This record gives sequence, structure tokens and C-alpha cells, in this order.
Amino acid sequence: MADTQHYWRWSEKTYQSADVDWRRASAITVGIDVGSVSSQAVILADGKLLAFNSTRTGSSSPDSALRAFRGAAEPLGLTLDDISYAVGTGYGRVNVPFADRTITEIACHARGANYMGGPSIRTILDMGGQDCKVIRIDERGKVLNFIMNDKCAAGTGRGMEVIADVLSVPIEDIGRRSFEIDEEPAAVSNVCTVFAKSEATSLLRAGWSVNKVLAAYCAAMAQRVAGLIERMQVEREFFITGGIGKNVGVTRRIERLIGVEAVKLSADSVLDPQIAGALGASLFAHSLYRKAQKEAAAGNGGGAAEPAGEVAGAAG
Amino acid sequence: MIANYGYEDGSGFYYITIDTDACVNCSGYACTKACPGGVFAIEMDDYDDFVAVVAEAARKRLRELCSVCKAQNGSGASEHKLPCTEACLGGALRHSW
Repeated sequence: MADTQHYWRWSEKTYQSADVDWRRASAITVGIDVGSVSSQAVILADGKLLAFNSTRTGSSSPDSALRAFRGAAEPLGLTLDDISYAVGTGYGRVNVPFADRTITEIACHARGANYMGGPSIRTILDMGGQDCKVIRIDERGKVLNFIMNDKCAAGTGRGMEVIADVLSVPIEDIGRRSFEIDEEPAAVSNVCTVFAKSEATSLLRAGWSVNKVLAAYCAAMAQRVAGLIERMQVEREFFITGGIGKNVGVTRRIERLIGVEAVKLSADSVLDPQIAGALGASLFAHSLYRKAQKEAAAGNGGGAAEPAGEVAGAAG
Repeated sequence: MIANYGYEDGSGFYYITIDTDACVNCSGYACTKACPGGVFAIEMDDYDDFVAVVAEAARKRLRELCSVCKAQNGSGASEHKLPCTEACLGGALRHSW
């Protein structure tokens, strides 16, 4: 019988706060990040983290956005009717059907990382499903400079998923196993996702252990990303967001290459680097809702529920 | 904000850098008119300023779209006198190649 295990399948995650009562809140705001591989929803009640959900993006961006939202909201009894303001971000942001506004993932990751890592964060590496970005920010989480590479899946989450399936290693074990080796191998010369299978097979035939192949791939991905970081010149403190941020096999090797250790979330933190974009979007939603309320109170119009329209920003 | 649009592939590093702080005081948006390849567009950014961006459709085709101007205007990255960089009086534009 064929092995039907999907080694690439990472754990979907959901969280609901037991300490925040959304029924007493005056504003429920939501950020939805529809990425190429995963979708997240983060819900805030009066600016405090209420719930989040991280799920795989399906073939339909609107459905993925709704599924992400429902995963976070339904256990709390929340519905879309309870939402004061929603911001969509990510690759599929224009397809979030209930978004009042769209904001690029560059700005959202910046704000999310500022929230997660604190105001000392100056450089962010976002390793997404199908792209990679380096963002420089100020102490308020405002973007100062960014660079991204989304033309090639090498060095991205999707590339790592392919490696997991090719080598039949659960994706969440790759980082740990990539260090279970006698000696660090040279990075593979070709991290092309399309050629990953043939290259991995060649290495295994040449007598490499699976862990050694994993190490060589993690090293190659780290090298590729480190090159992008070095072009921007890393400034401390440094923070990594996105799904690959949870793969220590890549992140530790990046730290070695650039000579800077990334700020980590504390062990008891409920946050997850993969939700940074949606978290930033929810923080934008909270600010925009408050701004709209203030303007409405001052008689300037611009009610909070009025869609502000697409804000086509930098990230594309 | 310094925005770097473009990509790196096996043949090289193709990025256009835009200092969008310079765009805030620009009213003519000459870059959009000067570029024969339609590389530039004006959009409202995430902080509600109208700034120049590399148009979505051009971001993964810069080498190809800019090749005509580069072929006609010098041979090195620093020597190019390109219609876009010449048109931008604020000096906001830079090509990496």
C-alpha cells in the first residue's frame, strides 16, 4: 500500500485567550493574512490579543480567509457581525471578502514584529511560503527599508515542504534532525525547489544520511537568505517571522552566517512567528478603527465601517 | 522608506531602489512618463502617502523591461543615464545593475 503520509504538513495552530472577555470590549478588530502557503487570522479585543488561528491556504483566497477567521472566532462564539474593523494583508489580501482595508505584508510584518519583539527590533527577516523579505524598521515598527525576493521558491517555506516530502521527514523535525550529524556538510550548490528531488536522491545514493542531506539543504537555504540580509546590512535587534522562523536548522545557520543572534519569543509566549503579518494587520485595524471613530466624533465623517479601499503598497 | 523592488536569479541581481520619502514632495511623477517600459506607477502606500512603486507586472521582468534603455545609455550600472533616473529630480531612483 502506498505511503500517504504528508510529511510537509505542518501543525495548524489556534489560540483563544481565557483572560479577555470580548463581550465587554468596545472594539473587536481582526487582521487576516492570506499567504501563498498559509493563512492566519488574529483577533484583538480593545487592542488586546483575543485569539488567533493559522491554517493552510486552499485554492480559494476568500475561503481561506474565512476559514482562518472562523478557526479563531468560532470557539469564542464570535461572528463576522461582531467585527468592528478588518484589515487584509498578504499575497491574497485583495480577496479577503470582509476586509475594510488592505495593507501590504511588509508593513504588517513590521508592526507585528515590533509587537512581538519589542521596540528595539530594527531588522526583520520574514521567511514566507513563497518569498523572502528583509525589512528595516524604526522603534515604532514603521518600515524604513525593505527588500524581497519572490521570483524563486528556493529558501522559502514551500521549498522546505518539498524537501520534507522528498526525504520523508516530518517538516517539524527537519530543524532538529539537521543538527544530528557528525560534521556540518557543505551546503548543496542547488537549492532549486524543482530540482530538489533529483539532487536529494543523488546525495542519498552517494551514501549521505538523510540528516546530512537535511543539514546541507538547511545550510543552502540559510546562505541564500543571508545574502539578502547582508545586502540590507543587519542592524540589531534582529527578529525572524514566518513559518521558517520555527525551523532552527535554518535560523541557527542564518545567525551563524550573519553573526547576529535573533531575538526569540519567550518560552511561555503564546505568540507564533507565523502570525506576525496577521498580528500587524490586526494592530493596524485597531488603530484605523480608533482613528475613524475619532474623526466621526469630530464630525469629519469617515465612519469606521466604511471601506477605505485598496491601499496598494510596497509589497505587491 | 527605501523600497527595493526586483529579484535575484541565476543571472544576476536586478533591483530598482526607490527612496519614497523623495516622492512625497513630488507632484509631476516624471518617472512614470519617462519610462518607455511602464515600469513605474504611483500608488498610495501603507502610510497614506502617494509614492512611486515598481508596477506589480514589472517586478519580475526588470532585466527585460530595462534592457532597451540600458543598451542605449552606457554600459555600467553607475554610467547609465537612464530616462527614469534623469527624470526624477529628487534623485529617488537607483538601479542595482
